[in-house]
Amino acid sequence: MNKTWWKILGSVLVVYTAIAGLLLGVPRLPILNESIRNLYFHVPMWFSMIVLFSISVFYSIKSLSSKSEIDDLKAVESVNAGIIFGLLGLVTGAIWAKYTWGQFWSFDPKQNFAAISVLLYFAYLILRNAIDEEQKRAKISAIYNIFAFPMMVVLLFVLPRLKDSLHPGNGGNPGFNSYDLDSRMRMVFYPACLGWILIGYWVYTIRFRLRSIETKQQHN
Amino acid sequence: MQLAKEVKYLIHKEVLLEWRSKYTINGVLLYVVSTIFTCYLSFVSLSDKLAWNALFWIILLFASINGVSKSFLQETKGQQLYSYILASPAAVLISKTVYNILLMLVLTTIALGFYTLVFDSFTPPDLLLYYVAVVLGSISFSTVFTMVSAIASKAGNGGMLMAILSFPIIIPVLILLIKLAKNAVDGLPWENSYDEIGMLLVVNVLTVATSLLLFPYLWRD
Repeated sequence: MNKTWWKILGSVLVVYTAIAGLLLGVPRLPILNESIRNLYFHVPMWFSMIVLFSISVFYSIKSLSSKSEIDDLKAVESVNAGIIFGLLGLVTGAIWAKYTWGQFWSFDPKQNFAAISVLLYFAYLILRNAIDEEQKRAKISAIYNIFAFPMMVVLLFVLPRLKDSLHPGNGGNPGFNSYDLDSRMRMVFYPACLGWILIGYWVYTIRFRLRSIETKQQHN
Repeated sequence: MQLAKEVKYLIHKEVLLEWRSKYTINGVLLYVVSTIFTCYLSFVSLSDKLAWNALFWIILLFASINGVSKSFLQETKGQQLYSYILASPAAVLISKTVYNILLMLVLTTIALGFYTLVFDSFTPPDLLLYYVAVVLGSISFSTVFTMVSAIASKAGNGGMLMAILSFPIIIPVLILLIKLAKNAVDGLPWENSYDEIGMLLVVNVLTVATSLLLFPYLWRD
């Protein structure tokens, strides 16, 4: 039980946010209207992605010193899981943008930088495919992963603040804090973030276990 | 102290090697000049200053990727082994980075001169600020591309990997550079550009610091 409680918690929270996010009341605002509910489904994707990529960097650093195959597998599988969340974040953002900004992709700085930071991790996966020797691959890809991480932080958190963006919370636009006067949205938003992070972590552990069984079979 | 001595010798070696063959500097110089000339022949005259600025940075980006990627990719395994026996990994990386910065400073200065000569319709009013952007650009391109070329050379799959790995990393830097250069083209006062200059310096310090931390793990096979 002490190993499964967080999986149950994550599932319950995600089911709760799916129901409460669609049914509970939200502030009535022009332009945004009901699309403000996307906050519960779009923003947690990015938080989960950041958490998974941070896990990946942690295991990359660890694998450089320990040189163990397990750490390398953990690093690559958390990137694989993180990319799924990054793509989901881009898709949910694009759908929201269609109904509020008028276009799926309007080349807003926030959209562009998010896309580039996903590209960064595709480059990481391609780098892995380019090297055949396992230990060399683990070492070189770990180095690239650590080298790229500060750039991703700059891309996602620093640059959008310097540019004019339509994205809520950037370029002088109000974030959700200013709409959520009676804290109704916080009741759903915070559980949603925690729930999706837990689910993301679960996806990563499943992927890692599958991958380690595969490599074990190959060695035998 | 030992490190400074090693770095000095290694930079001397790089410059001497380049001076003897003059391959990289002449090659990239010809590349820049012919690219600018091709652009001139196809555009004849640029219609606005945004395009003027963007075109210059695109030319500079490809020129520096060609110039800097040579630093590790062109060395043979024997040469690398030899320098790793003689010097510490930090000294190798620092010397390559400093040498690349020097090379890029020369190249970008000549490129800017030739570019303003050919496309003279939008020469920025604040040429000094534009030159600051160009200098910061050469430094940032050198620091990022030196480390990426070291990674790409170890992966043993030269050119294509270099482009794939370096573009996502250089784009944030390039965006800052273009914004800074645009301030100069628009003739804004210097106060408006301190944010970008500061950010670029921070990014460079970050890049050099992570490179120095990571290179000792990379160089040993």
